[in-house]
Amino acid sequence: MYRYDTYDQAIVDARVEEFRDQVARRISGEMSEDQFKPLRLKNGLYLQLHAYMLRVAVPYGTLNPEQMRMLAHIARTYDRGYGHFTTRQNMQFHWIKLEQTPEILAKLATVQMHAIQTSGESIRNISADQFAGAAADEICDPRPWAEYIRQFTTFHPEFSYLPRKFKFGLTASATDRAAIKLHDVGLQLVYGPDGDIGFRVYVGGGMGRTPFIASLIRDFLPAASLCSYIEAILRVWNRNGRRDNIHKQRIKILVHDLGAEEFTRQVEAEWQAIRPNDDDIPLVEYERIAAHFVPPPFEEGLDDRIDRTDPAFSAWVERSAHTHKQPGYAIVTVSLKPIGGIPGDLTAEQMEVLADLAERYSFSDLRSTHEQNVVLPHVRKSDLYAVWAALREADLATANLSLISELIVCPGLDYCSLANARSLPLAQKIAERFADEERQRDIGELKIKISGCINACGHHHVGHIGVLGVDKKGTENYQLLLGGSGAEDASLAKIVGPGFSEDGIVEAVERTVEKYRAVRNDGERFLDTYRRVGVEPFKEAIYG
Amino acid sequence: MKIVTGNDLTTGAVVWWTGTAWSRHITEAIDVGDKGEAIARREEAARRVNIPYVIEATPGAHGPVPAHIKDRIRATGPSVRPDLAVTPVDESVGSYVI
Repeated sequence: MYRYDTYDQAIVDARVEEFRDQVARRISGEMSEDQFKPLRLKNGLYLQLHAYMLRVAVPYGTLNPEQMRMLAHIARTYDRGYGHFTTRQNMQFHWIKLEQTPEILAKLATVQMHAIQTSGESIRNISADQFAGAAADEICDPRPWAEYIRQFTTFHPEFSYLPRKFKFGLTASATDRAAIKLHDVGLQLVYGPDGDIGFRVYVGGGMGRTPFIASLIRDFLPAASLCSYIEAILRVWNRNGRRDNIHKQRIKILVHDLGAEEFTRQVEAEWQAIRPNDDDIPLVEYERIAAHFVPPPFEEGLDDRIDRTDPAFSAWVERSAHTHKQPGYAIVTVSLKPIGGIPGDLTAEQMEVLADLAERYSFSDLRSTHEQNVVLPHVRKSDLYAVWAALREADLATANLSLISELIVCPGLDYCSLANARSLPLAQKIAERFADEERQRDIGELKIKISGCINACGHHHVGHIGVLGVDKKGTENYQLLLGGSGAEDASLAKIVGPGFSEDGIVEAVERTVEKYRAVRNDGERFLDTYRRVGVEPFKEAIYG
Repeated sequence: MKIVTGNDLTTGAVVWWTGTAWSRHITEAIDVGDKGEAIARREEAARRVNIPYVIEATPGAHGPVPAHIKDRIRATGPSVRPDLAVTPVDESVGSYVI
């Protein structure tokens, strides 16, 4: 993984000291909350319902054990013993004290972590395929490019006073595990006509109040032109994007208003005006970064078989082990969705277990996922049983990935000051309703995503089944959406009809699922059945 | 009744105006009548509270009950983590607040 050089460390250390001074001035009264708020947000510090919340950046979801142990230390020492993985692969702590924040940031800096640009109108954490560097279906590791974008955009003047927040997502596989079409800019590494690697460029995706699937604006961009091209995109947005209405300021609104064709024309014209005569990425600079992402020393000739005689282990392997590019190895996704638990939450002790397992079994490599799970990317197949046993001991071996109980959920009104309704208790009720493992397996792949407000941190727009919490005259109400996908077949879910109470929405989900089981073809997953038969049969089942 | 709430500046903890100070316990909040905005401005200026605001509440057997669920959750803590509740876990208090 990328390791800071002296410049990186100096920048982060200086930022800690700058924020220490800002916090002191806020506490002493030299700064008002209005003056302080944009400064704390640019350092990832929110004021939520119960306390300050600190969102720590996990660049493209990559962590090492030392960093995970530091997160555990922060959870135990400064928070209440746990952290929460977000849908942008970051970790947030919900019980932080302002006066302790500089100390926390200083400790994070010692393990090359920070909270810069995890909030505010800035380039947010760059997300990437959590299987990067391990996936059998990728054409290369996308993380050097993600890191390159991170370095290029951080503190870049063109990207410092943006109309709104801005999100990049990257993948190097045809199977989209990073939801790139729901990003402001989605980049897919592909082979060009001459066999060179470059980018397929999507712009203007996003969820929130006005959801859009991103438009393809360039089928192939030579990799060496990446920086000038994304600068051209940002310049067109900076020049034409609205700043008069917070709900109209994201780049997706501009792409929609101009139309993808006109937006593309402007980006191409801007790019021609600003692009250097030669490549804009010096090869030596890319190679400097890429050197941090060399594959680990995999063993050759390992046995590729897995002994699955233990039924519980076999069930876990079925859901949690994925194909690795190296024979004899597997990618392991650790579900953070125990039945009745809080999706994405992890105790300090569980963080330490994962750090230990990564060190012992996965070349000291850990990933967080936008679906709020953790990945051990390089596990020998012969070690899977030992990993499973250790995970089970730590209550981390739930075999439910991509099944109905593995919900993606925002913190909702239990923690968030923007939320209109609670999402976590609803997730718990749905998971408990469908807890039976055999029934879950029979239902098959079904992704439920829940947001407690229109900002869509729980990605309800791209749930096969989505749930949106709203405030209906002071009481919590839930809308049901069907047919979304954040994968390569991206689509936006549609609201089915009138909303429900908390118990009513659980019942509506069950009726939806039972209708699916009644009308599906053999082997057909929920989303495909929905796309085949349309909303009407479901609407009839739900509302009678 | 009207009560005043906010967050402690340095810790971020939810606090309620008792008439003379800020308390972690909503049970100690008092009805401020029409003086809520003035109290909020004065206390914020003195940096004894952050982002104070006035809310509607109704008197209850265990103290004021905020009109909006958001403030009821603020009063006790996340409904999914009763172990982190502000007051000792007590079934009647739990159901009363949420």
